[in-house]
Amino acid sequence: MEQFFQQLTNGLAVGGIYALIALGYTMVYGVLKLINFAHGDLFTIGSYLGLTLLTSMALTDKLGPFFGILLLAVMVMILVGIVGILLDQVAYRPLRESPRLSAVVSALGASIFFQNTIMLIYGASFHVYPQNILPRMVVNVFGLHIPMIRILVLLASVVMMLALYTFIQKTTIGTAIRAAAEDQGAAKLMGIDVNGVIMIVFFIGPALGGAAGLMVGLYYGQVNFTMGWIYGLKAFTAAILGGIGNIPGAMVGGILLGVIEALGAAYISIAWKDAIAFLVLILILIVRPTGLLGERVAEKI
Amino acid sequence: MALLEVKNLHVKYGNVEALHGIDIEVNEGEIVTILGANGAGKSTTLMTLSGIIKPSEGEILLEGKPLHRLPAHKVVRERITQSPEGRRVFGTLTVRENLNLGAFTAKDPKQTETNRKWIYELFPRLQERRQQLAGTLSGGEQQMLAIGRALMSNPRILLLDEPSLGLAPILVKTIFDTIRQINETGVTVILVEQNARVALKLAHRGYVMEVGRIVMQDFASALLSNPEVINAYLGGKD
Repeated sequence: MEQFFQQLTNGLAVGGIYALIALGYTMVYGVLKLINFAHGDLFTIGSYLGLTLLTSMALTDKLGPFFGILLLAVMVMILVGIVGILLDQVAYRPLRESPRLSAVVSALGASIFFQNTIMLIYGASFHVYPQNILPRMVVNVFGLHIPMIRILVLLASVVMMLALYTFIQKTTIGTAIRAAAEDQGAAKLMGIDVNGVIMIVFFIGPALGGAAGLMVGLYYGQVNFTMGWIYGLKAFTAAILGGIGNIPGAMVGGILLGVIEALGAAYISIAWKDAIAFLVLILILIVRPTGLLGERVAEKI
Repeated sequence: MALLEVKNLHVKYGNVEALHGIDIEVNEGEIVTILGANGAGKSTTLMTLSGIIKPSEGEILLEGKPLHRLPAHKVVRERITQSPEGRRVFGTLTVRENLNLGAFTAKDPKQTETNRKWIYELFPRLQERRQQLAGTLSGGEQQMLAIGRALMSNPRILLLDEPSLGLAPILVKTIFDTIRQINETGVTVILVEQNARVALKLAHRGYVMEVGRIVMQDFASALLSNPEVINAYLGGKD
């Protein structure tokens, strides 16, 4: 039982990270019907930026671990968000009127560009996050010994998801984003600046992805320039699992995938971890091709 | 000076020219209707007025100021709003959210609430269903929502594309009565319609389009009794 709950909480934390990355895929897909294949690399940029800022500015020494990490996260999110906007302006915006395949190829190109840039700057070897940033506390929850960092990762991802959900559902800009995702032409007729909406989406998605990168660095302690590939693929799976284009779907899909993967690794075999994740994807696509929460509304014709 | 002037407007889709230089004038407070068969260029004209399509030649002037260079979302800020063909309400958003987006460019929240009340008076069904997703409404209700949503921006000029399309005759009458009421509050209306008889009865003036050209223009009453119009658009002799 102890092992089950350890794996469950671990799965929830990893799932939260998947969900944050998946939101970037699903939001961009929502407004542009484009899979941003460079998104995984924005995640990697987040983890490396976190590492650089953490070591060069010694934030945690000056502000204490919690406020230091908080400020670090805000800085990483803003910077990666700006990279996201630049990515859209350079790689996607000139191709808005072109066939979708051109933008997909451009996305793959951007991904290769980012990966190699990171490698040229930081080198190809693994980088280690400084240890002892956060006190190595273990929290006792109902007799279960859970590392503090796991709780923080889970908490942070839940807070960010709730904030995003509130923003999308309750604010005028959020409503405009949903409208532009449904019908860009009609959104323009409402006076919505659709290019502005796309820019906001290309800020928020990468910002969340960058935060996820920072979390992975803090959680696992090491980063590598290729790690965006597998995380991106898992998060993409999570987005499909929940129903691509659907924001709550990406959240549910991410958490679910993290949990299934962690339990599968524990009870079946750790070697099969990735295979289990993708098997889930295949099963969902066979049983419910639109994903778990896809197609909420039947369109009236 | 006319409120809205369209001069020698040409529009191209790729290499194919859809509008071959049309001229339209609309005065403040008028209802002007544009009639024509499918593919005559009526919707293209409205989409060009709204800034969604850019003209290849010619100009659109609002009180003498060029409008055709503005992007679509800025045209709405000039208080020219369109209820497009096929309604195009946001099906995954509630009725209330759809109306809120109609007021996206509005600056005065009080005015917005006044407009909302007025729209709920015009279309009580929308108030009943304000929490419902727009995709679950019937066709007639969606049309009401599309018009109501366009009114939320407090427009000076309202562009209506086929508001009667696919509606039962009784609903068509309701919608057209409402358009008259809207016009009586001072909103200028440009109405594109296939249902020529109803449109001409409502409008002050009309234009007839054929394959990208204006072929006739006159007062609505004159068009109603014009033999050519009767033959081509009003189903022969009455």
